[in-house]
Amino acid sequence: MLTCQELTELVTDYLEGRLSLWDRVRFRLHVGMCRHCRAFLHDRKLAIETLGKLPADPIPPVVRDELLEKFRGWKR
Amino acid sequence: MDRSDDIRGATPRNPPAKVGVHRATGGADSATPEDAALIERLLAGDEAAFAGLIDGFHGRLVRLARTFVKDQATAEEVVQDTWVGVLDGLRGFEGRSAIKTWIFRILVNRAKTRGVREARSVPFSGLPGLDDVGEPAVDPSRFGSDGMWADPPRRWEDDTPETLLLREEARGRLEQAVEDLPARQRAVLVLRDIEGVSADEVCNILEIADTNQRVLLHRARSALHRALDRCLEEE
Repeated sequence: MLTCQELTELVTDYLEGRLSLWDRVRFRLHVGMCRHCRAFLHDRKLAIETLGKLPADPIPPVVRDELLEKFRGWKR
Repeated sequence: MDRSDDIRGATPRNPPAKVGVHRATGGADSATPEDAALIERLLAGDEAAFAGLIDGFHGRLVRLARTFVKDQATAEEVVQDTWVGVLDGLRGFEGRSAIKTWIFRILVNRAKTRGVREARSVPFSGLPGLDDVGEPAVDPSRFGSDGMWADPPRRWEDDTPETLLLREEARGRLEQAVEDLPARQRAVLVLRDIEGVSADEVCNILEIADTNQRVLLHRARSALHRALDRCLEEE
C-alpha cells in the first residue's frame, strides 16, 4: 500500500503519465480510498491550472512603438 | 475515484499546460493553421499582425527571460533582441514547431548567451544541477510515522483559478514563489505550466533530459503548491 507521503512524491509522474502501470494502479487505488490525498490531488491540479492563467505584464507603449518601427523597416 | 486527470479550459492567449497523459510523440507542438495564417500575414508586411504578436507575447517573453538574466532591464533587452531574431528568421520559418515554441527557443538561446556573457550563467547543461535535489514535496512533519497524513491538506473547494487570481494576495504570493525558484526549476515551470509548452519541447528548448525535466517540474510545482497552501491557510 502506497503511503500518503509517497503519493505526494509520485504526483508529478502520475500527472505526466509516466508511472508504470502497477504504480498507476496503486496511485489510483490510494486516491480512491483516501480523501486527504484526493484533496491534495485536487489542490495540485488547481495550482497548475492557476499558473496557466497567470497574466503577463503588457508591453510598454514606447517599446511597442519602437518594435513597430522595426517591423516597417523590415518589410521594406 | 477522481477521473478528471486532464486540466483544460484553454484561453487562446495563455493556454494551460496539458496535465493529462503525456506521451513522447513528435510534432505535438507543430504549427497550427492559425500559425500558418499569421506567418503569411507577417510575410506580407501586415503591421496589425505584428502588433498582435508583440502584444500577445512581449510580457510573456520578459517573464521567461527573467529566469536567465539578473535584472528587468537586461530581460527587456533580451526580448527586444528576440524580436529582431524573429524578424530575421521569419522568411525561413518552416512550421516544424508552433510559432510560440519557435519564439521561445529564440529567446532562450539569446538569453543564455547573454547570461553567460554577464557571468549570470545558469547551468543549463544536460547534467543534473544542484536545484534538482530539493526539499520533500510536502513538509515531512505533516505525516505520521506511518507515512499517512497527520496534518491533512485542506481542499480548496470553492476556488477556481479565476477566483484565486482575483485575490491580489494569492496572486502576489504565486508570482513571488515563481521568482523564488532556482533558475532551472523556474525555467521549466514557466515553460510547462505557465506557457503550456509540451515536455518534449521544453527538453528541446532547454537542452535537458526528460527525467531531469520531470524532477525539476516536480520540485517547482511542489514549491508553488506549498506557497499557495500557506497563503490560503492564513486566511
